[in-house]
Amino acid sequence: MRKKRRLYLMLTSIAVLGLAVLLVLSALEDSIRLFYDPTEIVEKGIKPGQDFRLGGLVATDSLERHEIKGAMVNKFTVTDGNETVDVTYEGLLPDLFREGQGVVAEGSMNSAGVFVATEVLAKHDENYMPKEVIDSLKKRGEWQRDKSAKTKAGAS
Amino acid sequence: MIAELGHFFLVLALGMAVIQALFPMIGAARRDGRMMALGPPAAYGQFIFTVGAFLALTYSYLQSDFSVAVVAHNSHSLKPLIYKISGVWGNHEGSLLLWVMFLALFGAMVAHFGRNLPKSLQARVLSIQALVGIGFFLFMLITSNPFDRLPNVPFDGNGLNPLLQDPGLAFHPPFLYLGYVGLSVAFSFAIAALIEGKVDPAWARWVRPWTLLAWVFLTIGIVLGSWWAYYELGWGGWWAWDPVENASFMPWLVATALLHSAIVVEKRDTLKSWTILLAIIAFSFSLLGTFIVRSGVLTSVHAFATDPERGLFILMFLALVIGGSFLLFALRSDRLQAGGLFAPASRESGLVINNLFLSVAAAVVLYGTLHPLLSDAILGIKSSVGAPFFNLVFGLLMIPLVITMGFGVHLQWKRARLKAVIGKLKMVTLLSLLAALMVLYVTYGGGIMPVVWMGLGVWLLLSMLQELANRIKLFQVPLKNSFERLLRQPRSSWGMSLGHLGFAIGLIGIVATSYWSLEQQKVMPVGDSMTIGEFTLTLDDVVAVAGPNYTAVRGAITVTDKNGNHYMAYPESRTYVASPMTTTEGAVRTTLSGDLFIVIGEMQGSDRWGMRVYYKPMQVWLWIGATVMVLGGFISLSDRRYRIGSPEGKKTAQKNKGKQAHAV
Repeated sequence: MRKKRRLYLMLTSIAVLGLAVLLVLSALEDSIRLFYDPTEIVEKGIKPGQDFRLGGLVATDSLERHEIKGAMVNKFTVTDGNETVDVTYEGLLPDLFREGQGVVAEGSMNSAGVFVATEVLAKHDENYMPKEVIDSLKKRGEWQRDKSAKTKAGAS
Repeated sequence: MIAELGHFFLVLALGMAVIQALFPMIGAARRDGRMMALGPPAAYGQFIFTVGAFLALTYSYLQSDFSVAVVAHNSHSLKPLIYKISGVWGNHEGSLLLWVMFLALFGAMVAHFGRNLPKSLQARVLSIQALVGIGFFLFMLITSNPFDRLPNVPFDGNGLNPLLQDPGLAFHPPFLYLGYVGLSVAFSFAIAALIEGKVDPAWARWVRPWTLLAWVFLTIGIVLGSWWAYYELGWGGWWAWDPVENASFMPWLVATALLHSAIVVEKRDTLKSWTILLAIIAFSFSLLGTFIVRSGVLTSVHAFATDPERGLFILMFLALVIGGSFLLFALRSDRLQAGGLFAPASRESGLVINNLFLSVAAAVVLYGTLHPLLSDAILGIKSSVGAPFFNLVFGLLMIPLVITMGFGVHLQWKRARLKAVIGKLKMVTLLSLLAALMVLYVTYGGGIMPVVWMGLGVWLLLSMLQELANRIKLFQVPLKNSFERLLRQPRSSWGMSLGHLGFAIGLIGIVATSYWSLEQQKVMPVGDSMTIGEFTLTLDDVVAVAGPNYTAVRGAITVTDKNGNHYMAYPESRTYVASPMTTTEGAVRTTLSGDLFIVIGEMQGSDRWGMRVYYKPMQVWLWIGATVMVLGGFISLSDRRYRIGSPEGKKTAQKNKGKQAHAV
C-alpha cells in the first residue's frame, strides 16, 4: 500500500513536472527578448520586424515631440557612443525618461532602419541607469566610473 | 560618536550570536542543561544590541549626520520625517541591519514563547537561528558597514529617490523582511528536527504558527509593494514579473505550500520529510530574495565584477546555508518515519496536489527569473524573459490548483467519497457555469480564457461559501442554531475560510483587471475632452502648486459618467527639489466595479498637456481579497490551540497523537 502510494505520487509529480517543462520551453521561445545596443544592431544586421530590447543613452537634444491627431509621437536617438539608432515611440514617455540618460525600449526595426518602440520601460533604479546599459557603455568605453559613485541598491 | 556606538553594538551582537550558536548546540548534544540555558539570555542580548545599532543608525538619519556614508548617500535635510526614518532601510546597508534585527527579534521570540518546548529542541532552534545571524553580522561588518564615515563631510545629502517617498513603500520592506525572516524560524525548526531525527505532530504544531506569521507578513509586504507600483508609478500596472517582484513571490508560494503540508504532519503524522524540505526551500528563497533585491548580484552577473567582495561573500553564504541544509537533509531524512496512510481521494491527497502545483509554480518562476542570468553567464547573450511567459505558464498551472482547492476543502481526511463531493457541489457548479455564460455573452469575441477564469473564480468563491454553510448546517437546522454554530467556529477554521475566500475574491479581481483594462492617451489643451469606456473627461484648468520638497502642476478635470453624474479629479505631476526628477500622482476614483485612473504628463508645446487615462475593472477586489486573506491569517494566529509552545497546545497535541482530530 505504502509503496503503491509512493509510486502514484512519483508518477503524478513526474507528469506535472514534465508538463511544466514542456510549457516552459514552448512559452519561453516566444517571450525571450534579446538585448542589443546600437553597435550590435549595426554589426549583427538585425532584420526588420524582429522584436528585441534596445538600450543606450538618449542623445542630448535629440528628442522631438510631434502631435499627430491628438496622439503623441516622440522621436529620439539612442547612442552607445559608437553607433546611433533613431527611435520613434507613440505615447507618453515615462517619468524617468530624460535626455542624456539611459533608456531601455522594446520594439523592432522598420524597413527604414528606425526602431519603432512599443514600450519604453518605466522602471529602473535611482541612478537612472539600467544595468544592461551600463554594461554596454562599459564595453564601448563610454562609461566613467565617477559618473555613478557606487551602484546603489535598486528601487524595490 | 553615535555611529561608532552603533558599530560597537553590532560587534557585541555578533559576540552574543556566537555564544547563542555554540553553547546551546553543544549543550543539547551533551544533555548539559546549564549550557542549553545560555541560549535564551544570549538571544535577548543579541536582540537588544541589534536594536541599539538600529537606533543609532536611525538617530544619524534624524540628525541628518552626513558624515555617515549611507546617510549622505540616501538622505537629505529637507526630507519629511517619515522618509528620514524609512530612509534607514531604503538602501543596501540599512536594509541588512533591519533584516538582522528582525532575525534577532524572532530569535528572542523563540526564546520567550518557546519556554515550554523540549529543552534540547529549543536549544538547537536558537543555535541555528544564531548561525544564520552570524553570517549576516559578518557580511555587514566586513563588506557593508552601515556606520562607515565619509572622509569629507558633504554639505547636504543625495536625497532619497522621490519614487520611494510614498507611505506604501516606506512600510513595504519591513513587512517583506518580517516575512522573509519569519521563515527562518521554520527553517531552524526543520534543521533542529533533522539533528534530533524526530518529527511528530507536536513539532508541526509548533512550526505552524511561525510559518503562518511569516506568511501573513510576506503577504502584507507583497501587496504593499504591488499597491505602491499601482498608485505611484502611474502606469496602471500592479504586477510586472520583474526579478524583484519574483524574489518575494517565490518564498510566498513555498510558504503557502509549507503552511498546508504542516497541517498534514500535524493531523496525520505523514509527509514529514517533504515538509522539512519545504521549510528549507522556503528560507533558501528568502535568502535569495534578499540578495536579489538588495545587492543586484543576481540581476546581473557583472555586479560581481564591480563588487567582488560582496558577491563572493553572498555566494559562499548561500552555498553554505542551502548546500549544508540539503546535505543534512540527505543524510538524516530517512530517519523520519511516515505515519498515517491515506486513499487517493482524501484531504491529504488534495493537499499533496496543492503542494505539487505550488512547488512547480515556484520552480517555473525561479527558472524565468534566472534564465537571463544563466544565458548571460553561459552564452554571453543578454536577454529578458517577459511577462507573457509568466502569465501563460503560471496561469495554466493555477487552473488545476484552483480546482483542487475548490474540491479539497470538502474532502475528508484518510478516505473521502469523491462522488458525494461532486454531488454536493452540483448547485455551485451550475451557478458558475451560468456566470461564465454571462461573461461570454457580455464580452463576446474577447477570447475564451477570461471566460474560463471568471467561471473558475466564481466557482471557487461559491465552493468556499458552501463549505462554510455545510459546517454551520445552514438550512439543515433552524437558522438560529446555524448562527450559534457560526459563532462557535474555532478561530483556526475562520482563518481557513477567510484565507480561501480572500484568495477567490482576489482571483476574480485579477482576472477582470488583467483581461478587461482600458487605456487612452491624448494631448489636450485646456477645455478639451476625451472619452474612455463610459466616462467623459474634460480638462478645465491646469495650475502650478508647491509642496514641502517639490513643485507640481495640477490638472482640474471634470469626469462625467453615462448617467450624467460627475466629479472632479486632480492629478499632479511633481518635480522634486533634491534630485531633478518628476513623479506622477494619479487621480484614482475607486469603486467596486472599477478604478478610473487619470495621469497628467508633461507639457507638450506651450499650452497642451499629455493625459493618460486607465479604466481598471474590479481592481479593488484584488486589494480586498488580499486584506481578507491577511485577516484570516491573523484570526487563525489568535487561536488558543496554536499559541506557540502553550502547555495546552502541547497537551492536546500529545493526546491527539494516536487518534486524529477532525476539525482543521
